[in-house]
Amino acid sequence: MNELVFFINNVIIAGSVTGSIYAIGAIGVTLIFSIMRFAHFAHADMMTFGAFMVLLLTTLFPAAGASIGVPTALVMLPLAMLLTATLAVGIDKAFYKPLRVHGVKPIVLVIGSLGVTLMLQGLIRLFSGTGGQSLYVDDRKEIFRLALPFEGARAPIVITEPQLYLFVITLVAVVALHVFLNRSRLGKAMRAMSDNPELAQASGINTNTIVAVTWVIAGGLAAIAGTLLSLDVTFKPDLSFFLLLPIFAAAIVGGVGHPYGAIAGGFVVGFAETLAVFNWNVLLRPFRDSLPTWLELPSNLAFVGTEYKIVVPFFILVAILVWRPTGLFKGKVIQ
Amino acid sequence: MSNSTETRDPTYTPRDATPARRFPVREVVLFGALMAAILAVYALMGAAYSTRMLVEAACYAILALGLTIQWGYAGQFNAGVMGFVALGGFCAMLFSVPVNNAFWGTELPGELGRVLLYGVAATFLVVGASRLDRLGVPRKLRTLITVVLALVLYLVIISQLREVTSQIQSQAGFVGGFGLPAWVGWIVGGALAGGVGYFIGHVCLGLRSDYLAIATLGIAEIIKAFLKNSDWLTRGTATVSPLPWPTPGPAELGFTLSRAIYLSITAMVIAVIFFLLHRAYHAPWGRMIRAIRDNEVSAAAMGKDINKRRLEIFVLGCILMGLGGGMLGTFNSLFDPQGYLPLNHTFLVLVMVILGGPGNNLGTIFGAVAVYIIWIMSEPLALFVMELIVSFGEGTFGWDAPNNMDSRALQARVLVIGMLITLVLRFAPKGLLPEKIAHHG
Amino acid sequence: MSLTMSSTTPLLEARDVHGGYGGMNILNGVNMALQTHEVGVIVGPNGAGKSTMLKAVFGLLNVTQGEILLNGQPIHNLPPNKLVERGMGFVPQEKNVFPSLTVKENLEMGTYLKPQNVKRMLEQVYAFFPPLVEKRHQPAGELSGGQRQMVAMGRALMAEPSLLLLDEPTAGLSPLYMNEIFDRVKQINAAGVGILMVEQNAKQALAIADKGFVLAAGQNRFTDTGAALLADPDVAKSFLGG
Repeated sequence: MNELVFFINNVIIAGSVTGSIYAIGAIGVTLIFSIMRFAHFAHADMMTFGAFMVLLLTTLFPAAGASIGVPTALVMLPLAMLLTATLAVGIDKAFYKPLRVHGVKPIVLVIGSLGVTLMLQGLIRLFSGTGGQSLYVDDRKEIFRLALPFEGARAPIVITEPQLYLFVITLVAVVALHVFLNRSRLGKAMRAMSDNPELAQASGINTNTIVAVTWVIAGGLAAIAGTLLSLDVTFKPDLSFFLLLPIFAAAIVGGVGHPYGAIAGGFVVGFAETLAVFNWNVLLRPFRDSLPTWLELPSNLAFVGTEYKIVVPFFILVAILVWRPTGLFKGKVIQ
Repeated sequence: MSNSTETRDPTYTPRDATPARRFPVREVVLFGALMAAILAVYALMGAAYSTRMLVEAACYAILALGLTIQWGYAGQFNAGVMGFVALGGFCAMLFSVPVNNAFWGTELPGELGRVLLYGVAATFLVVGASRLDRLGVPRKLRTLITVVLALVLYLVIISQLREVTSQIQSQAGFVGGFGLPAWVGWIVGGALAGGVGYFIGHVCLGLRSDYLAIATLGIAEIIKAFLKNSDWLTRGTATVSPLPWPTPGPAELGFTLSRAIYLSITAMVIAVIFFLLHRAYHAPWGRMIRAIRDNEVSAAAMGKDINKRRLEIFVLGCILMGLGGGMLGTFNSLFDPQGYLPLNHTFLVLVMVILGGPGNNLGTIFGAVAVYIIWIMSEPLALFVMELIVSFGEGTFGWDAPNNMDSRALQARVLVIGMLITLVLRFAPKGLLPEKIAHHG
Repeated sequence: MSLTMSSTTPLLEARDVHGGYGGMNILNGVNMALQTHEVGVIVGPNGAGKSTMLKAVFGLLNVTQGEILLNGQPIHNLPPNKLVERGMGFVPQEKNVFPSLTVKENLEMGTYLKPQNVKRMLEQVYAFFPPLVEKRHQPAGELSGGQRQMVAMGRALMAEPSLLLLDEPTAGLSPLYMNEIFDRVKQINAAGVGILMVEQNAKQALAIADKGFVLAAGQNRFTDTGAALLADPDVAKSFLGG
């Protein structure tokens, strides 16, 4: 029974946590791709920027959350989303739009976004330093231990306060996005433009507005993903390239340009990662006595060590590109 | 590699076949300015320092040539130069470092060989299982058998490997090198980088170039993670040093002279690469490559095997990066996997290429040397500027000076490189020395 | 070309229009005039610049010389979304629907600029194209070619245009659907919408045309009423296949 609890703690919960974060990041990447048709490499640094804004605001007003009983970081999240969205729109105006109106190949925009990623990295670390910092400045991170009502289950299921918030916020974000894309006029126009930009323009849709809206959403979601990640562990300014690969892998697994696919892809990649680093020996331990004596199980039965976690999204990426480049949900534009 | 049976296509007329002969004012001015800058560095920093800078710049020029053919010739963007450089450095280390008798004198090499052999056998087994459907096994069952077999065998092999490698680590430190001349390592490094490039290029063949950028970015981080964590092979964070040079070292000839000899070797390598690339560029092969880049649709209509040509270019570029990485590693006489940074080994090279002129080899070499000088000189400059700002801040607003000025100055350089990339893309997309062609009407 | 100077300003007028893509001129002086409620048809051999002219009218092409007037106002080089505001609708030949949007959402995109009209216009368009009603919650990408053409025309009609541009609306359709589409075009016109269409099916198209423009090499070759062009032996010999 304890093994099962261990599995729940280390795979189900951990996988859902990483999966949610990747999913929110991948939605942003996939939306940008479907509207502007390029892989936005600065997305992970937009996430970092969002989290950094939360850190900054929380440090400035550490007691703001205590009055209503939630961590200050969460109170500051909407403001950070707004700031990140503004930054995203500004970056587009300053760096991507001039390239776009020049009619460059999408890959040039990719390189441009790499330039932006470096600028953001440089700026953030210039101010924050390179070390990790907790977003819980004045608050205490609650940890909930749920004991299972079973005989022999001594270890409790452990879930932390930020993880609970994470699940709630992810759910809210996904539902809100769904409503926006399917019910609102702007959201439908966004899907229309992703389907067929020329026809969207011919229908009178102002494509510049849609581009701006896309950046606002992508920036807001990036701020959420970055903050939730930083709440769960700590704020680290140098995650960028480690986040980028799983997020892109998630977007491609789900089918590029497909927001729901990105959500599924995020969880696929998140769970694949946790399953790959999970030590399966733990689950086999109860059966140790019934195993034949010649079969001596090594103490470490993980597929990859945690230091090689990044191999997992890469392997998924390669596998999907080889076998099904359009992704699980038939994405757009692979050529 | 060149396709001699390819007759000149009548519908495609390369516009550079007969470039108008003119006095190359721009080239002369730019290279003159570069020369002046080099002389200024010599005068300011002394010969030993400046020669080191030139050798490093020359190694970077090889990396930049690799990237310029991928990006400039074929329009493929490699965002993981760092990984290929690290592979080159690793091979240079592995082949040149003295033989470690604490490893080879024991039964450990046999153990390691046994596990690797098991690995090969397991691969054959899994491949065999994936062909089971030919023996009449239903496809779904075949897939299930293959997957389960692959997972189980993988777990068996990896746990045995972990055991052996941890033994190597505790008993012998690391496997050591082969004690061969460094150039063997450079060549193998180039080959290894080319092999990895082939794998990545093959996976992303025919897909949007964005996918190649993502995949190369990923493989670079993986290579680095592997080299950093495989202590039994690379000593990991403990680093390996010194790496023997193929030429007389500083201990025998002094810094300046030994570095100058090393420089002449790198210069020779560049000259050979430059010559070969120049030949290939004007050969039918090069024309075809450019035809593909400029107009994929019509090139495909002419029946050209676009993907194969692209793969060739990509692998060739990766080979150059591995080679350059090996030469750089040997020169630094240190193998430190953590020292490979995207900024220094991917983006710096990218700036060199797009600033110099993608697809123009001379421009790329110019860009490499010029950007490297700026890069090296900016380190003290950035620190100076930072201190100025801080002292200004302290004096005016009463700031507390942050403690880690060095690392913050480094971040300022990250910012500058990023800005440089976006600005060049916007205002000089063809670089300072553009490739000499006018585009199709 | 016989431009009769009438007292009413033409709905659409093109004077000596030159233009093309990337410095290459495809149009070398096209003239056109279409009165309100008229059907204009552009025909001509392949590469004559028929679709290019339509795109020039709809602002998808850089007009380098000459002018295009809508209700007497110059409109050349205005972006398409401005032209939609001024009452122009455009149905491209290919990629004329949003494949992942449902039929209803496709139509809604037509009233993007006037969302208050959605309900009323949806009813009108459904009444006009009854087959779309039962398909309304299906993604447009799953429809047949003829149904897609209906969705595309419906989307353009949702904006209540005064001038509808159709680029080869019957291309690739079966003869049955072809007749259906021509009937619809006539009906749309009867409801008071001016039509300018490019057609491969020259005979059938000229039969419903008030004005016909025969283009060749980016210039007007013949310009007359549809009936007159059909009767003209020169036109018949060189452009209508006998």
